[in-house]
Amino acid sequence: MFKLSIVTPERVYCETEVESLVVPGTDGYLGVLSHHAPLITALKPGRIEYRDAESKVHTLAVSGGFIEISDNQATLLADTIESGDEIDLERAKAARDRAQERMAKRNSSDISIDRAAAALSRALNRMKVYGDTH
Amino acid sequence: MPTLREVKKRIRTVISTKRITKAMEMVAAAKLRRAQQRVEQTRPYSKKMDDMLSNLAAGSTGEIVHPYFEERPIKRQTVVVVASDRGLCGSFNANIIRRANEWLNNDPEGEIEIVTVGKRANDFFKRRDWPIIANVSDWGGMLDMNKARDLMRLLTERFVNGETDRIQLFFTRFLSTVRYKIVGEVYLPIPRPEFDEDDSSTSTGYLFEPSPEEIYAALMPSYAMTKMVTAIVESLASEHGSRMMAMGNATTNAGEMIDSLTLDYNKARQAQITKELLEVVSGAEALRG
Repeated sequence: MFKLSIVTPERVYCETEVESLVVPGTDGYLGVLSHHAPLITALKPGRIEYRDAESKVHTLAVSGGFIEISDNQATLLADTIESGDEIDLERAKAARDRAQERMAKRNSSDISIDRAAAALSRALNRMKVYGDTH
Repeated sequence: MPTLREVKKRIRTVISTKRITKAMEMVAAAKLRRAQQRVEQTRPYSKKMDDMLSNLAAGSTGEIVHPYFEERPIKRQTVVVVASDRGLCGSFNANIIRRANEWLNNDPEGEIEIVTVGKRANDFFKRRDWPIIANVSDWGGMLDMNKARDLMRLLTERFVNGETDRIQLFFTRFLSTVRYKIVGEVYLPIPRPEFDEDDSSTSTGYLFEPSPEEIYAALMPSYAMTKMVTAIVESLASEHGSRMMAMGNATTNAGEMIDSLTLDYNKARQAQITKELLEVVSGAEALRG
């Protein structure tokens, strides 16, 4: 068991004891158990899974952020975080379409392509997590 | 002694003023509640962000490599002043602007350029012919993430491109409804994070994934954004608190004024009645002869 706190700029999402945790690091998914070595890593859009004290698995969509693990305490700073039930599927679909449209217009500047790509991956991730949890 | 009609008219005016200040007080109270909630929600994130940065600095040996930390000789400085869009909030704007102005009059190094947040700050510095490079107004008393992000991008880009060498930020930190503190701090370059060598909880040989450089590259813009959002959110809450107090006082004063005017009115009324009675009595006396 170790302590997990998930904080976003809008709210403290949860502070709880967990058995295990899986997060999408920039170099790929990584699993965390108790007494993990101290680690700091950036996160990419993806799926977070944690198993709580009653061995119940929770699945969340994260759109990026950071995690710091030390002394049996994991602190996750997420840009946004939503459980499967909180995801607005229609909104995610609309965001995907908008991003694809923007990427199709190749004549815009590089920065806006990057932003559209990031928006697209966030939207696809939300849709995927929604699919996994419903 | 003012006539009865005059006093009555004044009472009516003061009553309607009181009604307005009372309404403004309640609006400010509602806005304050939301702003205060926002402040309380952003604080934990900002705190954890600070912790993570100092752990990162403690754990990554060698030089911190990120442009936000770069300290250069100062040729040009940017001053950001966060005030409010609207007045009628007591000395809120006066205080923050005075503080910024004092700093400016104290011969800061290099050339100065100003970024204002809120109409009140903009009006002040425009009148005094300071070079204003940007003004972010019309917040409507609430945080607008897009505006905050644009402002943060503008500032960080100017700094990274070498167009400015130091960014000084003035805002108000919200303490309670009746108290706020004016803060002047350096926004960029970010001061080297401090860490305690003896504190075992910080320097425990962190693993970094991918490299510390890449984590800095991802973390620093979020850090800058968090600081910007904090400054704006705290200022908004202080503004609403200050307005609520000012309007509350105004309402109380109006109440006292109504009381004293009513007293005047009654005195004048009694005086008139007495006068009329005297006339009737003396008239009757005269007739009896």
